[in-house]
Amino acid sequence: MAKKSARDRMSNEVNAGSMADIAFLLLIFFLVTTTIDVDKGVLVKLPPWSEEPPEVEKMKTRNVYSVLVNAQNQLLVRGEPASVNNLRDNAKEFIMNPRKREDMAEKPTKAIISIKNDRGTSYETYLEVYNELKAAYNELRNEEAQRKYGKEFEYLTREQQREIRSRIPLVISEAEPTNFGEEN
Amino acid sequence: MGKFTKKRGKSTPAISTASLPDIIFMLLFFFMVVTVLRDSELKVNNNVPQATELTKLEKKSLVNYLYIGRPLKQYQATYGTKPRLQLGDKFSDVTEIPLFLEKHRSSVPENQRPGINSSLRVDGKVTMGIVTDVKTELRKAGQLKVNYSAKPRAK
Repeated sequence: MAKKSARDRMSNEVNAGSMADIAFLLLIFFLVTTTIDVDKGVLVKLPPWSEEPPEVEKMKTRNVYSVLVNAQNQLLVRGEPASVNNLRDNAKEFIMNPRKREDMAEKPTKAIISIKNDRGTSYETYLEVYNELKAAYNELRNEEAQRKYGKEFEYLTREQQREIRSRIPLVISEAEPTNFGEEN
Repeated sequence: MGKFTKKRGKSTPAISTASLPDIIFMLLFFFMVVTVLRDSELKVNNNVPQATELTKLEKKSLVNYLYIGRPLKQYQATYGTKPRLQLGDKFSDVTEIPLFLEKHRSSVPENQRPGINSSLRVDGKVTMGIVTDVKTELRKAGQLKVNYSAKPRAK
């Protein structure tokens, strides 16, 4: 009789103790089966495809910063062998041309960076070069933003960002790659 | 008032575990939201290079993934060791890219379609030949927003 009365008292409450175990099981299942995928990368915008051969536009050589990467992953910057390590600084100097040199860009809006690689160039090298050139532009924009507004580029308003972007436009042109060292 | 104090005095001071499931459920939901089930099994070596100028891809549903790399050991007998493209969970030819993009595009609401990104997950040791072919095919298909997947590197 004592037992029965105890059960009566319990019956109006569902035992929630095992809920935690069930939830734990689910939690562990999700922990094991899922991977937190950090998805980051270098964002690029490809030029639209057109069947006609592109118009040959004559550029002043002083405005073009040509970067060639061969199948041995060696760099040729403006006709001279170079290394990736000082590519960023050299590109920055070329774009801004602080000392108004005759052989560098007239002004940032006219500067064009041209990359040409080989089909045998390793992707790692290619991305490193691309990254350095993009970094050069990002740093320049940051410096400009600091000077004008006293803030980092990413913290500016859209209007201000657009203004700086038009002042220092990112122009990285990629030529059709050569084919000397394609692996088989 | 007297009634309440009397009751409290009587009951044994045990900590209620009733809220424990709620806490665990909260954790569970957190993990369910932040994690993504990998939809495709990798069949190629895929070790993306490092870079510093990274942009985060925000909306997962607006991203399609193209993997490029050398086939894994167990597939080398059938597919060789040359770098290959993997779309979804199978080896593909570059000519299959337009269809792949179209399939993904149709699953996205129309107003969000301009925001579709292609994430190129390319192994660092692959040569540019196949990457160029893929890029050309993407351009032909009108998919111009491309993200070269990379790991962050300290500046």
